[in-house]
Amino acid sequence: MGENRHLQVGLSDEKVLEMYKVMLLARRIDERMWLLNRSGKIPFVVSCQGQEAAQVGAAFALNREKDYVLPYYRDLGVVLAFGMTAKDLMLSSFAKAEDPNSGGRQMPGHFGQKKNRIVTGSSPVTTQVPHAVGIALAAKMEGKDIVSFVTFGEGSSNQGDFHEGANFAGVHKLPVILMCENNQYAISVPIEKQLACKKVSDRAIGYGMPGVTVDGNDPIEVYKVVKEAAERGRRGDGPSLIETVSYRLTPHSSDDDDSMYRSPDEVAEAKKIDSIITFGAYLKATGVLDDQLEKQINDEIMDVVNEATDYAENAPYANEETLSKYVYADK
Amino acid sequence: MAVISYIDAVIMAIREEMERDSRVFVLGEDVGKKGGVFKATTGLYEQFGEQRVIDTPLAESAIAGVGIGAAMYGMRPIAEMQFADFIMPAINQIISEAAKIRYRSNNDWQCPIVIRAPYGGGVHGALYHSQSVEAIFANQPGLKIVMPSTPYDVKGLLKAAIRDEDPVLFFEHKRAYRLIKEEVPTDDYVLPIGKADVKRYGEDVTVITYGLCVHFALQAAEKLASDGISVYILDLRTIYPLDQEAIIEAACKTGKVLLITEDNKEGSIISEVSAIIAEKCLFDLDAPIMRLAGPDVPAMPYSPPLEKSFMVNPEKVEKAIRDLAAY
Repeated sequence: MGENRHLQVGLSDEKVLEMYKVMLLARRIDERMWLLNRSGKIPFVVSCQGQEAAQVGAAFALNREKDYVLPYYRDLGVVLAFGMTAKDLMLSSFAKAEDPNSGGRQMPGHFGQKKNRIVTGSSPVTTQVPHAVGIALAAKMEGKDIVSFVTFGEGSSNQGDFHEGANFAGVHKLPVILMCENNQYAISVPIEKQLACKKVSDRAIGYGMPGVTVDGNDPIEVYKVVKEAAERGRRGDGPSLIETVSYRLTPHSSDDDDSMYRSPDEVAEAKKIDSIITFGAYLKATGVLDDQLEKQINDEIMDVVNEATDYAENAPYANEETLSKYVYADK
Repeated sequence: MAVISYIDAVIMAIREEMERDSRVFVLGEDVGKKGGVFKATTGLYEQFGEQRVIDTPLAESAIAGVGIGAAMYGMRPIAEMQFADFIMPAINQIISEAAKIRYRSNNDWQCPIVIRAPYGGGVHGALYHSQSVEAIFANQPGLKIVMPSTPYDVKGLLKAAIRDEDPVLFFEHKRAYRLIKEEVPTDDYVLPIGKADVKRYGEDVTVITYGLCVHFALQAAEKLASDGISVYILDLRTIYPLDQEAIIEAACKTGKVLLITEDNKEGSIISEVSAIIAEKCLFDLDAPIMRLAGPDVPAMPYSPPLEKSFMVNPEKVEKAIRDLAAY
């Protein structure tokens, strides 16, 4: 038996197994989207692959009944943990009317679902950071015990909205968790050409909040620091900045060719520590998972993905008459 | 009823709405203890406290963006941009976010925020404290833009903006703040956003304008009346989306149309008004559509004669109406 780290941070066997299932579901949905894209069925994919551990570890550390999440475009793991379904995501990929994110109006990866407090997002990066601060401010004004959780990439940590939002949250001591999913590339530009400081978390000091960098391939470690940040926020001690370091295993999107700017060897090295594999191995070493259960989980997930794909592919598009709907409340 | 100034109407509207609805709050630079650099939030900090009248860090994108987040949560934020000229860092938040939140989420989310900003020249404010910025936002469906001319309209329209379910840009003419006074009811009323208002009825020439220029037109019309020239004045009040019906009616009424804006002429609000009239009123026109506007230079200079030359004034309006009447 390997060292059990999940019980030490308050995660039961059932919980870590549930985390693993969500990570695996995110990966399998993502893989299916690439197949659909390469076979000409959907126009675009932007991936979560390599970041599932950070996303799911963080989401499980939040209160999924009341906290707000403001995900960025790779956060398949976050939105699945917050209640979006494989079917919802496939409907978005196929741009169908029933897509709860946008009714097929937005590209995939632009999440939003009010009933699950997944806040609608856009494509210009990092605009969601001030929104997270505003939600935390509003919740505080109403005396609600709510944390807002916002994610972005390391390239995005250069945007003014990151700095303006972080400072506002710091000044007003708001319960915001800013989590940078550092996957080491902003499309083609590596981190050393993005940051003048060593780590994204170094930026926290300017905004009066703690900054911590953790292994983004380790969902238990991410869970632990996000849990602490959430408790800190709920105590009224203000925001936190967390940087999860992982590696983007796919090109930036289905329209990118990453062989232009990084070597296949580098990607192959990163795949050796892919969290889907390492976390699976950890669960086996701690007796939570065995080969038989692993196969059963995989089969179940493939059924879910297949069913979601078929449903979405056959679902109708929005009628043309809806083009002018919902510009304003009265139309 | 009491005679109050344009800026007092701003304060009255905000105060009444904050008293009526606990979700309404104010955020911006210097809006708290100081009561705003123009004093448009005077007394609110004392009445409602620092939780609801929030002095923010000096960062416009955050003022807009934090307000947008609070609005999506369900609050009714009123964000103040200290000068309309300083709204530029917040444009991404206003155009990419606020304007599109309802549409992009297929009506799942909404963004009922009001963003107030003082605009306009004639106050020795030079290039960066004098601009009219409305045209930048006036082709962004999802936004509403209100630019009132009188204290009565300010109160009714600002209250309507705060209660609106969608983002509203509320531009207040800073020269009008203390210059324009009139009787305003102390009780609750709202005016409809999207509706223009006839400020004077007449037969010979139609003037369509908004903001401070409404007063220049009224002064010119008064003078021209003694010379037998009768002027119809339509105040747009909401400049986006435009009240097409009122514009068409006003243009057809006299067949001679003068459009006025303080903004640079090209691509301005009156350019769109002109296009509406050209499309809908061709056979009712008795003269070419005439536009009176600021010159196409980047913004108005500090130098008094140059500023004066940039600005529209009653004399320029009077001359334009005379030219049109004689056509």
